[in-house]
Amino acid sequence: MSDTSVQRDRPWLMRTYSGHSSAKASNELYRTNLRKGQTGLSVAFDLPTQTGYDSDHPLARGEVGKVGVPVDHIGDMEALFEQIPLGQMNTSMTINATAPWLLALYVAAAERQGVDPSQLQGTTQNDVLKEYLSRGTYIFPPEPSVRLTTDLIAYTVQNIPKWNPTNICSYHLQEAGATPTQELAYALSSAIAILDAVRDSGQIPEERFPAVVGRISFFVNAGIRFVEETCKLRAFGRMWDELVQERYGVEEPKLRRFRYGVQVNSLGLTESQPENNVQRIVLEMLAVTLSKNARARAIQLPAWNEALGLPRPWDQQWALRMQQVLALETDLLEYGDLLDGSPVVEAKVQELITGAREEMQRVAEQGGMVHAIESGHVKRELVQSHTRRMRAIESGDLEIVGVNCFQETAESPLTSGTDSGIMKVDPRAEQEQITALQAFRAVRDQEQVELALAALRSAATGDGNIMPPSIQCAHAGVTTGEWSEVLRDVFGEYRAPTGIDIATGDRPSEALQQLREQVRTTGEELGRPLRLLIGKPGLDGHSNGAEQIAVKGRDAGFEIVYEGIRLTPAQIARAAQEEGVHLIGLSVLSGSHMELVADIQLELANIGAGDVPVVIGGIIPEDDERQLREQGVQAVFTPKDHDMNAIMANILDVIRHSNGLEARD
Amino acid sequence: MTAGHPFPDPESLAADVTAGRRAALASALNLLDDRRPEARRCASILLARLQGSATGMENSRLIGITGPPGAGKSSLTAALMRVWRQRGLSVGVLAVDPSSPISGGALLGDRLRMKTSHDDDGVFVRSLACRGEFGGLSAEVWPMSQVMLAAFDITLIETVGVGQREVDVSGMCDTTCFVAQPGSGDSIQFLKAGILEVPHVLVVNKEDMGAVARRTLSELSAALGREHGEGGWEVPVLSVSATVGTGIEVLADVLEAHHQHLLAMDMLRERRRGYQAAWIVKRLRGEFGSHGLEQLGGEQVLLRELAVEPTSLYEQYEVLRSRLLSK
Ligand code: B12
Ligand SMILES: Nc1nc2c(ncn2[C@@H]2O[C@H](COP(=O)(O)OP(=O)(O)OP(=O)(O)O)[C@@H](O)[C@H]2O)c(=O)[nH]1
Ligand SMILES: [Mg+2]
Repeated sequence: MSDTSVQRDRPWLMRTYSGHSSAKASNELYRTNLRKGQTGLSVAFDLPTQTGYDSDHPLARGEVGKVGVPVDHIGDMEALFEQIPLGQMNTSMTINATAPWLLALYVAAAERQGVDPSQLQGTTQNDVLKEYLSRGTYIFPPEPSVRLTTDLIAYTVQNIPKWNPTNICSYHLQEAGATPTQELAYALSSAIAILDAVRDSGQIPEERFPAVVGRISFFVNAGIRFVEETCKLRAFGRMWDELVQERYGVEEPKLRRFRYGVQVNSLGLTESQPENNVQRIVLEMLAVTLSKNARARAIQLPAWNEALGLPRPWDQQWALRMQQVLALETDLLEYGDLLDGSPVVEAKVQELITGAREEMQRVAEQGGMVHAIESGHVKRELVQSHTRRMRAIESGDLEIVGVNCFQETAESPLTSGTDSGIMKVDPRAEQEQITALQAFRAVRDQEQVELALAALRSAATGDGNIMPPSIQCAHAGVTTGEWSEVLRDVFGEYRAPTGIDIATGDRPSEALQQLREQVRTTGEELGRPLRLLIGKPGLDGHSNGAEQIAVKGRDAGFEIVYEGIRLTPAQIARAAQEEGVHLIGLSVLSGSHMELVADIQLELANIGAGDVPVVIGGIIPEDDERQLREQGVQAVFTPKDHDMNAIMANILDVIRHSNGLEARD
Repeated sequence: MTAGHPFPDPESLAADVTAGRRAALASALNLLDDRRPEARRCASILLARLQGSATGMENSRLIGITGPPGAGKSSLTAALMRVWRQRGLSVGVLAVDPSSPISGGALLGDRLRMKTSHDDDGVFVRSLACRGEFGGLSAEVWPMSQVMLAAFDITLIETVGVGQREVDVSGMCDTTCFVAQPGSGDSIQFLKAGILEVPHVLVVNKEDMGAVARRTLSELSAALGREHGEGGWEVPVLSVSATVGTGIEVLADVLEAHHQHLLAMDMLRERRRGYQAAWIVKRLRGEFGSHGLEQLGGEQVLLRELAVEPTSLYEQYEVLRSRLLSK
């Protein structure tokens, strides 16, 4: 029992990022989590909701309710928060391209609960810039996206003062391979781009601008190198403080504070010996709590089975308990800052700051973050860093316990259960959602819908703030797809640079050299150089794997066609035919592989290209792997397959086999 | 037995290509990519049939787009495709990207910018790696363009964006369009120094960048003077934005005007005869050097001879090759 006379700091907000199947099912989950001592909500939306499609849109097939909750309209939003008093809740919503819409629905739902919107507390992630670089749920080109972000910020600062309108994210950059320096540089450059845009929009009176700065918060990552990560957070605080004072003249110290929430690193969580992930998660949590002056405001942790699939309630509970043990049982919260005055820490902080300033300078020279994203510079830097990391794992320079060293293991009781240790979303959820959506559409007042959409269009084409007509749309019963469609029509759609055109130069390993030779000779046997299509079907934005495979494929001597994320099965089949590729390699991590593979095979057959062999990689549970192979998929790769030379060799074998060549020797 | 799939029958393949069957188009392009002798024989027949049955020249245009890396060649191609499709014209694209000199591999990235609708049969994009060739194209481009020409109203070739001197394309296209990057003085210097071959159409892309694009436009116009191409064609300098979509209609009009100009001056037939000759001469030079060309009477003589009555591409090439090899 802790000594009650000792002054303890208040613990950070403890959240679990969750949502699945339907608003009703997610509501039950939230209420259970709150009972278990969770102190805030963190909503995961499904991919159609994040990318602005209704549940019955063809592109939503297989994705509805899978990785998050589907919210098609006000009815869903109300159901999501039934019996949860919004006036007292602190809700974080991981929503970006459609952030103004989901906030509008939240406001409307609050109004229907009788809560004054000015009382609302919470966060909309609302950082589209990192979507182009990592997260992938962007819709519109950068310029209108920044405008939507700006509108939301301006609106909440005036009308929902306790809302965090944007969470500038470096979290996702680290998940796409960023180094600590890059995280610092790109997050701060993004913040500059957004704050400049708000200032220049003229929506905020000058004297209110410091208040805007004070509302900007960050969403940060913490990797396994927890000492360096702590230093990174101290560097963040210092650089932010300086930046907003110098660039925006914010004098009040409170408004210059670097406020941030965290999800700790998931990229480093492994499929092999997954129980080791628990240690990793706990150590990473230390990075963001150890130093009181750089401590997180809110933390959410991944679960031990992160690389296997979606977590079950028990897995999430375990993650929550890690936080509770640290905050309540240890003495961490009884002390002041433990690291102040340490010369070692100080030197590291300085090193990070210097490196980050240099990269920020390069971004500034390109005309700022938006331009540096459009030109592909930032994305290339990230792919480059990730490639280095993958190569270090491959060579063994970077040791990952259970992956490239100490692989031997006893059988794990954690994964031998009947549900293979992951959450399976009820496949009926999609159809139920679609039926409910169509019923909702049938009974709403169509005239009100048209009026609200016209108001939305007029704000979008003009320079009116997008929030008021969006709230009108929410009350009128407009759907997520309809709201987005109007803006797609006005702003157009965008495809972000893939960043894979990087040099990887130096000294190829023996294995790679041998591979090149075999790729070349197989090409000769087949008459022409070998060509691969790397395809990302569906709404899945996880591009890391596809990018790394594309780069490795190029380095192994293949000609690679890769068109980035979010293609339809028909587009992929067509491209494979037009490009005359020898093999299609799909990458799917969102869980909708069964539907998507079947669709692609069908499309291929329809256009007379059914003979092109298909392989797939991503998060594919074992049962599905078996079934996919039965359906004719030639090879299935998962995170266990970290040796990418071996993957390439395997692909080569598939090509040889399907062309009647004997196996390599 | 040959590895892979059996070679298609070139006669029926030619018919299917001309009818615009996509699967046939794809396998014709694959066939032209195939370097095995048996494939070459089929390809020869295919090309001969296609050239024989070529649709009237009035209705087929072969356009090359070149310019420095990142100038917006692919984006502009995409923008043009939209305009052409609205005008009811079908489009085949051959887009060339660099190959890694070390691994031989390549990332074919142009297609990404050309995101096409999945159910529009009027568009077909094939990416190519330059595979160690200089000059911004790969060896396969010219034969493949014949397949595209037989199937589409417009065939467009995008070169590698590796420098200012990607002149090969001008010897293989009816109309060459050079895309300049705002703010990069290189194009202007090269034009002035006479290194950059004068294209038929000069375009400054990214006019949405404002002042810097306007400056490049006026500098280019000045450097060009009142340049006249063959037959009195006055080279236009246009300002466009591929991403915003401004100036694209005008560009499409100008490209069409050049096509009409070539027809009116009766220059198209002669130009096209020259492409195949240029292809053969380039291959021979690659293999035997200028010395080899001298032995065949010199480049100019060869080009003239070859252009008189172009027969089968690979046959002509093989005949000349064996002549040199037997010497
Ligand atoms: C990094 C990551 C992210 C990054 C992605 C950055 C990026 N640009 O790729 C960020 C933070 C943005 C992200 C976001 C989300 N994520 Co995520 N993410 C991960 C994570 C931690 C690692 C994936 C990764 O990049 N690994 C590194 C690469 C190199 O490995 P890989 O893709 O597995 O590829 C290897 C093999 O599989 C194979 N391979 C893969 N593809 C191909 C293709 C071919 C042709 C071949 C031959 C081989 C091959 O070769 C590779 C080399 O070893 C996984 C969990 C995990 N540890 O695996 C979750 C995970 C994939 N994410 C998940 C979810 C739910 C999401 C979200 C949808 C959450 C939400 N509701 O918003 C979002 C939205 C993303 C979107 N738009 O789709 C779930 C998916 C659940 C499921 N399938 O059932 C996972 C499994 C986490 C979990 N347990 O919940 N994520
Ligand atoms: N602002 C602006 N950017 C453009 C325009 N056209 C293209 N871009 C951008 O310029 C970059 C390069 O465009 P691409 O179309 O790939 O250029 P490219 O000449 O085909 O490039 P390579 O094939 O790699 O040589 C991309 O980031 C485009 O978005 C334009 O009109 N305005
Ligand atoms: Mg290009």
